[in-house]
Amino acid sequence: MSDFADFKTPCQPNWCPGCGDFGIWASLKQTLVLLGWNPTDFVLVYGIGCHGHMVNFLQSYAIETLHGRPIPVAEGFHLANHTLPTIVVAGDGDTFGEGTNHLVHAARRNIDIKMILHDNQVYGLTTGQTAPTAQKGFKTKSTPFGVIEDPVNPLAIAIASGATFVARGFAGDIPNLTKIFAEGLRHRGFAFIDVFQPCVTFNHVNTYQWYRDHIYQLPDSYVPNDRGYAFQKSLEWTDKIPVGIFFREDKPTYVDQTPQLSKSPLISLPNAPKETIEKLFEEFV
Amino acid sequence: MNYKTWKIGGEAGFGIMVSGLTLSKALARSGFHIIEINEYPSLIRGGHNTVSITFSPDELSAQYKPVDVLVALNKQTIEYHREELGGGAIVIYDGSQYEIEKTPESANFLSVPLLTLAKSVGGDLIMRNTVALGVSMAILGIDFEILSNILTSQFAKKGEKVTTLNVSAARKGYDYIFSNFKEFASKKEAPKQTQKQMVVTGAEAVGLGAISAGMKFFAAYPMTPINAILNLMASIQEKMGIVYKQPEDEIAGINMAIGASFAGVRSMVATSGGGFSLMVEGTSLAGMIEQPIVIVMGMRPGPATGLPTWTGQADLHFVLNASQGEFPRLVVAPGDAQEAFYLTSVAFNLADTYQTPTFVLVDKYLCETRYSTPIFEASKVSIDRGKIATEREQGKEIEFPRYTFTEDGISPRGIPGRKKGVFRANSDEHNEYGYSEESAENTRKMIEKRMKKQMAADKIAPDPVIYGEKDADVTVIGWGSTKGAALEAIKNFKEEGKISVNYVQLNYVNPFPTVAVSRILGNCKRVIDVEGNHNGQMADLIRMKTGYEIKNKILKYDGRPFYPEDIIEGLKKYV
Repeated sequence: MSDFADFKTPCQPNWCPGCGDFGIWASLKQTLVLLGWNPTDFVLVYGIGCHGHMVNFLQSYAIETLHGRPIPVAEGFHLANHTLPTIVVAGDGDTFGEGTNHLVHAARRNIDIKMILHDNQVYGLTTGQTAPTAQKGFKTKSTPFGVIEDPVNPLAIAIASGATFVARGFAGDIPNLTKIFAEGLRHRGFAFIDVFQPCVTFNHVNTYQWYRDHIYQLPDSYVPNDRGYAFQKSLEWTDKIPVGIFFREDKPTYVDQTPQLSKSPLISLPNAPKETIEKLFEEFV
Repeated sequence: MNYKTWKIGGEAGFGIMVSGLTLSKALARSGFHIIEINEYPSLIRGGHNTVSITFSPDELSAQYKPVDVLVALNKQTIEYHREELGGGAIVIYDGSQYEIEKTPESANFLSVPLLTLAKSVGGDLIMRNTVALGVSMAILGIDFEILSNILTSQFAKKGEKVTTLNVSAARKGYDYIFSNFKEFASKKEAPKQTQKQMVVTGAEAVGLGAISAGMKFFAAYPMTPINAILNLMASIQEKMGIVYKQPEDEIAGINMAIGASFAGVRSMVATSGGGFSLMVEGTSLAGMIEQPIVIVMGMRPGPATGLPTWTGQADLHFVLNASQGEFPRLVVAPGDAQEAFYLTSVAFNLADTYQTPTFVLVDKYLCETRYSTPIFEASKVSIDRGKIATEREQGKEIEFPRYTFTEDGISPRGIPGRKKGVFRANSDEHNEYGYSEESAENTRKMIEKRMKKQMAADKIAPDPVIYGEKDADVTVIGWGSTKGAALEAIKNFKEEGKISVNYVQLNYVNPFPTVAVSRILGNCKRVIDVEGNHNGQMADLIRMKTGYEIKNKILKYDGRPFYPEDIIEGLKKYV
């Protein structure tokens, strides 16, 4: 059992008023209360970007890592103590500028960590340069004549790489985002959740209103169990952009397939007894 | 001097490396001390490979250059190594396969039909090395039974047929010498010592040291020269209750280790210079959030890809200064298998005690050289996890002040997952509770806190060991794997009896034994620095720490390790 007050810290959010991060923050806290998790029941692993400031505003075991590196830190933590749920909170620069490699490998490992991507198409902390998720033609300080490249597609990369839970939500729709977070946090395996996050200061194209005009919920008739179809769906980016759960699959996790971790987490395993070590030395005689 | 050197050469892919290990084990079991070196280019198949073993009934720390027995699996081996042959050397070659020029005349060229003998028991090309092992046993005077025992356990997993095949092939070689070249077969000598010995590479010693120290998590991306560590960890992980993870790159590797360390387990990574370049940012993360990790850094010549399979000591300052900002980077630099084993366990204690990244700085020579050594004593390894808060201490308040200011700068660590005492680690500058804070006062106090740990560590650096006479005419100072060749070199001077030379081994780089080194150097008559780099990096560090400038240096930076002869020759220039 937990309530909102449990996740309070002495620090107040320093995000710009109206930032999409507030919606993600609120949804995450709602999800934690919904699941009955206490601040000591899980670990949050942050990257660097506006999202990373959440380390100061959400009470939990946490580690704010380096830009691009929350995934491997989370993987190491999980392998050492897989009984404590591990949630990565990362930005789009974090994930697709510096850390794409880590995402691809975490997904194909089906390592049992959950990942929430703050996707605002822009670098806020460095005051407004293009992010890898920015749409073609988007004008920023680093692309005054418009972005030349096509954007990366977070969902398509996650699905192609083998993530077993792939979803997209919108920071301006807290009830639906909370539902997705709850499903993602309950999933066993690598869960990837892309969150549209309006940046009110540096992205004047993809505003709250823009998202409201363009997104639609995947219908109830959509069954997220077909990887090929989910991939196809993830490519949909026309006047209308789908949000919801695109794909989920039950598959053995990395730890499920690591025999030495079958009974207890690594941290609880005793050191090898001296006799076992001495026997190992004998093999070198 | 009572030693001999055996060398085998041929194309990569013909089991030359395994032959070396087998012979080393046979020699060690017969009571000899051995040093085995391999040399190979960065190729899987077809390059010229050699393994050489110097062995002696007396203590032995390094290899000597003259080759007494050369086993040539191809013609090139003789062409490449002819000049290394010592007086009266024996060359084994297969005269039925190729013609050779039989020089120098002082050498004895024995043609042994290696291929025919292998085929006679049902073997093929790839079993010539096994026949050659049998030949070598006869020539070196080793009991055949010792070899057959080793082969039997080596091939046990492959079944009885393969085992029998290999033992018979070796037997053919052994018997051939007695039937055809009896005069070259040695009499069996009773070994001088009967203490059981391990035959272990420096890399394996590092791995075994880590296991003995209670390492639980290891991440390493394959890279010469540390592959033997990850091969070992991967194969024993289930049995030992540890996790080895091959990461997608070295960046992931060090960050995984930091994550595992944050969870509370002892964690290690291993790499070489290029891989460590990718780990540099992670090193600073560990420094900032005060997370203990052990980084095994196996040097090889750079820059860039450099000489991937050769050796050098050119990354001392790289490691000492890696990453932005000021924080302690502790470094130990073992010089042989025993030091590699014990200092790796020390590195874990340093990392945990001072909560900072700690390096085991080794090189290709140490990593891949095989040493015979008394069996490591796991009971001699002490485990000190440093300041870890008890569950009660951690749970005193709702939030645990992970970075609380203390006298020595070291704050108790908590363990995530405990029901009370939540805390955070933060790569941004942070206050005692881990919250981001950029005030001038907090910044100054946090930097002082982290550097107080350096001052605390400085107090515990043990005095360096001086090998040889205390008041020698000449003092040689070195670090890491240079130790072996230096010890042999001073032994030679002692036997010649002209001047006395001693050797100072620096295996604590940071904390550095400043007071002891100042005192030792202050009392020396003449000091010579020996190291495997161009700039004399340790001499620079000594000067920085003590103000003492070492002018005489013996430096080697050709990718090859120091041989005793190199140091002897170098010393002669100065004395």
